[in-house]
Amino acid sequence: MNWKLKSLKKSPWVFHVNVGACNNCDIEIVNCLTPKFDIERFGIKLVGSPRHADALLVTGVGTRQAVVRLREVYRQTAKPCVVFVIGACACDMGIFHNGYHVEGPVDKVIKEVDPNAIIAYVPGCPPKPEAIISGVVKALAIL
Amino acid sequence: MNQQELKDKLSQIEDKLIAVEQPTENRIYLLCESENAYAANKFLFEEVPLRFIIATGIDGDGCFEILYHYAYDQLGFVVTLRAFIRDRENPAVESIAPFLPGAEWIEREIHDILGIDFRNHPNLKRLILADDWPEGVYPLRKEVKK
Amino acid sequence: MKKTVKKPVLAVGPFHPLQEEMEFFQLTLDGEIVTDIDVRISYNHRGIEKISETLQFDQVPFLVSRICGICSASHPLAYVNAVEEIAGVKAPERAQYVRTIIAELERIHSHVLWVGLAGHFIGYDTVFMWAWKYREPVLDLLEAITGNRNNYGNVKVGGCREDIPDELKPRILKDMDTLEKKIEMLTKAVLDDPVLHARLKGVGILSNADAIRYAVTGPTARGSGVDIDVRRDDPYAAYAELDWKVIVQPEGDVFAKAVVRLLETLESVKIVRQAVRKLPDGPIAVEVREIPPGQGCGHGEAPRGETFHYVRSDGGNRPVRHKIRAPSYVNVPSFRASCIGQHVADVTITLAAVDPCYSCTERVAVVDQNNKFVHDYDSLLKLSREKTAKLRKEFGLPGIKMEDLEIG
Repeated sequence: MNWKLKSLKKSPWVFHVNVGACNNCDIEIVNCLTPKFDIERFGIKLVGSPRHADALLVTGVGTRQAVVRLREVYRQTAKPCVVFVIGACACDMGIFHNGYHVEGPVDKVIKEVDPNAIIAYVPGCPPKPEAIISGVVKALAIL
Repeated sequence: MNQQELKDKLSQIEDKLIAVEQPTENRIYLLCESENAYAANKFLFEEVPLRFIIATGIDGDGCFEILYHYAYDQLGFVVTLRAFIRDRENPAVESIAPFLPGAEWIEREIHDILGIDFRNHPNLKRLILADDWPEGVYPLRKEVKK
Repeated sequence: MKKTVKKPVLAVGPFHPLQEEMEFFQLTLDGEIVTDIDVRISYNHRGIEKISETLQFDQVPFLVSRICGICSASHPLAYVNAVEEIAGVKAPERAQYVRTIIAELERIHSHVLWVGLAGHFIGYDTVFMWAWKYREPVLDLLEAITGNRNNYGNVKVGGCREDIPDELKPRILKDMDTLEKKIEMLTKAVLDDPVLHARLKGVGILSNADAIRYAVTGPTARGSGVDIDVRRDDPYAAYAELDWKVIVQPEGDVFAKAVVRLLETLESVKIVRQAVRKLPDGPIAVEVREIPPGQGCGHGEAPRGETFHYVRSDGGNRPVRHKIRAPSYVNVPSFRASCIGQHVADVTITLAAVDPCYSCTERVAVVDQNNKFVHDYDSLLKLSREKTAKLRKEFGLPGIKMEDLEIG
């Protein structure tokens, strides 16, 4: 377990999940891949399947339809894993908190599947790529 | 067409309308009962012709309302047809999707959120509410609060 | 039907990193040709129209700018157009110019983002990296003006919340000059590249007649010969006072839509330049005390097309009804007309040509006639890129033309 966690910290592979976001946080995450920020030089890679991921980047408020998929994705993600909750909507639903079709926030949904899930929060609307990178690095340092 | 020609053209369906309002220069509202909505819409889309923008469903004062918004781009006009659905128990109106595929989604959406039936709609399945959203709960009706 | 529909989404691992949004298109194939499309949107439904009824009129712009990340200047603009119509109020001249500048800067970075994504879909990853790198200065500019790279929060009923300080004007003009050169280079590369012609011309055609029947707007419409643009037809902000062109292409294929977006970006640069130079002095807002009973229709030209907001007021301080129509709501269904009959390798680029503002759309799953799951998004992407690679080989090209460009 410790060995797995150590390798996760060195070069985390991340899987991005959108559960009802306006796309701003998602674009800022993809911006992290582009030449100005270039997270791949730190070994951080976006992967196409949760089974290969060490970390989940979750954006969005958690709509009723999407949380079903989120629980499934979390189950499929290889453990141990870290859930990064990106953006105001994912952290605490933000301005959509009283919508009739939202069932977040994301941490509540994840904890329904796994009460001991490791969750890190990066607030912002959207958080700048610098903030996302900083949040990921800080969380990994604590782990 | 200039403004006067447009208004003359619109007056061809006068017999189907209750009233015509023009609160500002380039906004026209045509009021009608829901029974005449299909014919009025067909005229607006095919004969004038206007560009369909979207439809709005409202739980209004004592009855349901569907507003069909159209644009006449050459003059920058927005022409809105307000159709009143008086039957609150079984609200229904004829679907315009058969001749206007662009209206297919919005009729499904209004059906989801207001429970209005669109007769002869080609595909009146659930569109925007979750698979497990309870039947018979229409979020945009006045009685539903959250 | 419901059971098999669930399987593709779960078996695959739903979301692809570069397809940031969740879409759910289920396409049916006959051999390699698309025969049917079913669309299910719900993953992004947040119930915004009802939330709007719980907010006061001046709080709503903050809500609507979060409908979609890259149309986030145009939704509040359309909304305040509707409310200002009810109140019979006109924002002061300087505010109109500021609104124009911010809306056009957003159009620029949104179209450049699209170019990058389209490049990625067909296998020109250099274009993707390059385009998104050249978006950054525009985002930095927006941050310098409004305080945020996205979600500007700058529009309010009666005017703008923040002004553009004079010190920023030279920087905006300089950045526009730099950006213009890059976009011109990119446009020329696209228009001259024979592989792109072969890959994108005649692909995903949306006929003029279908464009009208599906009521599409924006570049999706203008790329099919429908000559509409809210900025010219029902002018708002300062568009009527500036000199610019509406770009229309008749062919209706993906290439035409790419050309429309590229040339529009250059027009936007022109608009920003003029607006900055002509920025009039004066206040940036008028005070609006109350909204009388009434109804208003406001629309604006977002990067993807017309955003339309209908607002009804009963004289209180909240909207009684707020109808929001994002451009993708009418553009995405037209995918049905442009994709049926297409080869499966062209599905991703045809969908991209609609430029769905993914906040309202779902992901792709492809099944065969027996409802057996055949392709997920990743495999569709692969098919698309393989087609490009094959074309490149046919043209005897060693590598992508883009890499020979001096990017510097």
